Amino acid sequence: MTSKTLNIEAPALDFGEHWEYAPAPEGTKVEIAARYGAFINGEFVKGHGRKRLATVNPATEETLSEVLIANPKDIDDAVAAARAALPKWKRLKPQERAKYLFRIARRIQERARELAVLETLDNGKPIKESRDVDIPEAAKHFFYHAGWADKLDYVFPGRKARPVGVCAQIIPWNFPFLMAAWKIAPAIACGNTVVLKPAETTPLTALRLAEIFQEVGLPPGVVNIVPGDGTTGAALAAHPGCQKLAFTGSTAVGKELARINAGNSKRLTLELGGKSPHIIFNDASLDAAVEGVVQGIFFNQGHVCCAGSRLFVQEDVLPEVQQLLRARLHNLRVGDPLDKNTDLGAINSASQLATIQHYLKQGVAEGASLQQIKTKLPKKGYWCAPTWFEGVQPAHVIAREEIFGPVLSVMSFRTPEEALTRANNTPYGLAAGIWSDKGARIFDIAAKLKAGVVWCNTYNRFDATSPFGGYKQSGFGREGGRHGLLPYLELS
Amino acid sequence: MASSTPDRLSVLKTYKLYLGGAYPRTESGRTMPIHDAKDNLVAHFCLASRKDFRNAVGAARKAQDSWASKTSYLRGQILYRMAEMLDGRADEFCQALVVGGHTAKQAQQELEASVDRLVAFAGWADKYSQILGCHNPVAAPYYNFSVPEPSGVCVAVAPDESPLLGLVSLLAPLLCVGNAVVALGSQKAPLATALFGEVCGVSDVPAGVVNLLTGDRAELLPEFAAHRDVDAILSANLRPAERRILDLGTADNMKRVHHEKWGKGAIMDTSIMHGPDRLLPLIEIKTIWHPVGR
Repeated sequence: MTSKTLNIEAPALDFGEHWEYAPAPEGTKVEIAARYGAFINGEFVKGHGRKRLATVNPATEETLSEVLIANPKDIDDAVAAARAALPKWKRLKPQERAKYLFRIARRIQERARELAVLETLDNGKPIKESRDVDIPEAAKHFFYHAGWADKLDYVFPGRKARPVGVCAQIIPWNFPFLMAAWKIAPAIACGNTVVLKPAETTPLTALRLAEIFQEVGLPPGVVNIVPGDGTTGAALAAHPGCQKLAFTGSTAVGKELARINAGNSKRLTLELGGKSPHIIFNDASLDAAVEGVVQGIFFNQGHVCCAGSRLFVQEDVLPEVQQLLRARLHNLRVGDPLDKNTDLGAINSASQLATIQHYLKQGVAEGASLQQIKTKLPKKGYWCAPTWFEGVQPAHVIAREEIFGPVLSVMSFRTPEEALTRANNTPYGLAAGIWSDKGARIFDIAAKLKAGVVWCNTYNRFDATSPFGGYKQSGFGREGGRHGLLPYLELS
Repeated sequence: MASSTPDRLSVLKTYKLYLGGAYPRTESGRTMPIHDAKDNLVAHFCLASRKDFRNAVGAARKAQDSWASKTSYLRGQILYRMAEMLDGRADEFCQALVVGGHTAKQAQQELEASVDRLVAFAGWADKYSQILGCHNPVAAPYYNFSVPEPSGVCVAVAPDESPLLGLVSLLAPLLCVGNAVVALGSQKAPLATALFGEVCGVSDVPAGVVNLLTGDRAELLPEFAAHRDVDAILSANLRPAERRILDLGTADNMKRVHHEKWGKGAIMDTSIMHGPDRLLPLIEIKTIWHPVGR
């Protein structure tokens, strides 16, 4: 890769290397078994699958554990357990069902430190994010949805709500524990039972969640967890014993799952990719906007489906924004994910790093100007320095395709109309950001952006009460809030 | 019959398509005859082609934004105007339904139910967003709310049975929330669809917001599924094989596909058919965040 490293002009306060942060590692140790199987019918089982996959710490490349690749027979067992558990679970007194979810939320809060460390080890994300975002938000998802369990007839006016049945759920590696919570909490609150497949590279926290299910006495079979790879996911997605399939991941896989299920009556929700626009108008508070842009693209190493990867800056403030951006990025700390001062951790896998590097090469080849901060990356592990491209044209691949890494494309616009046209010129429609101090303009633009979530003068905010999900090829269905219950209910 | 020469020859119409506010013949030049129950030739109708469908989507796309940005009060009034115009042509529609095999009584019931359906959704136009949207109490200093927006350009595939009410039952909710529609009417009894274009033409429905096709489902369904500029498809009472063809559209460009199934009697049951839950598959929920502070 022909990367051009910028020598960034000195910010106001530059102490050179004389004032390095001392290491501040999170010291909590977590137990990780040498081998994991599946969690089926309330028990940890070895599974029928003969193959295993090594789940590695992407910051060190050390193998953390060997995990079962569940095969179709395992999926059969898990679906059968979920099917068997369904009648009792859906007929359980709703408030009693709620209490299981409340218990789960509490245990997540109590074991938060351990879960955060495990998440960071398996995923590579900075401990401050797993500690402050992933785990607390996951607890909140169970707490929020717990309260719905006995109020389902209030979800939609004039309609009775019944559970859908057995739900197959397939989740990605970018928020392994939080995505498990997003999927499981609404499903079981609504009286459904679940078979969940965690991502190939990040199965450990979902299996730890299974321990919590055991601790709180969740009835066997209500949630089953089957680790594995794409073959496991394909078997689960096609299983005729499921009435619902919920998937979060790439648009390409989402389309394949839709194809597999064409013509059957299985309910589908798909939470797919994005190429979200981030628009800064010249009247915006530029310091706040730049902070938002940095959060928007570098949060979780850019492994975020709603990452604000296309930045549009109004032409007259572009130089100032670029200068602020450079100064801010210069202060980002990349490295040991377990260090509490780390801003960017490791890229989740070697293959994802290769994908990102492929896009960086392509951006340079197409004529965009690659900029990276000067930072010492650890020798082992998978790393990518925070990157932005200047001189990006709308037709460039880096401006059109989802990179899923810490890579920002900076572009400019002149009029609000141009900003809108370019922001909407994408097959995706997950999220968008607007920075402006003009209220009327914010609401005008927010209404015209084709995106499921619009952040105005903020970015990457999530909440269990707030529906999340996309327009167009970013998928369909919502997760969170009242709208997030609808995919898990039949109304009559 | 064929051997006798009538004193006065009736005018034999060919019903045309309704596209972009105009009434063109199909570009393919293909027509099919419509016979009444006694096998008398009543009229001809157009057999819409793939090209007609594409033209219709183009017209719908042009019209959709402006239709969605009309006030919901105005959209409601236009739907109500459609009800008025349909009611004003009651006799003509009843005759058309009888040609399709209804008894006079059945025809009258279907006409009345169709008028009522338009009235019901005219009333929903300025209310559904209060039912489907909400404010979300996030645990941080943000003002956060979710609002319904139209899916965009939608295809409606009406059932064979209830040739007028089936079509209206799909059109009314789609239009209510601000979608532009390309609808394929009953294949078995296309006369009501052809006539309904004339209702739209005099109801202040902006050109392109409603586009009506008559034709062959088997020929057109794969085109509906594959078209990249269609955002959603709503069908009713299709056979499993037909549903499968449309479902593949999801895999093509993630268009939303929703199949309604109306059991016996359901189409006349207003507690089912006039419910705002029928609007859910026809909208997108947009959630907007803004910080709160000084």
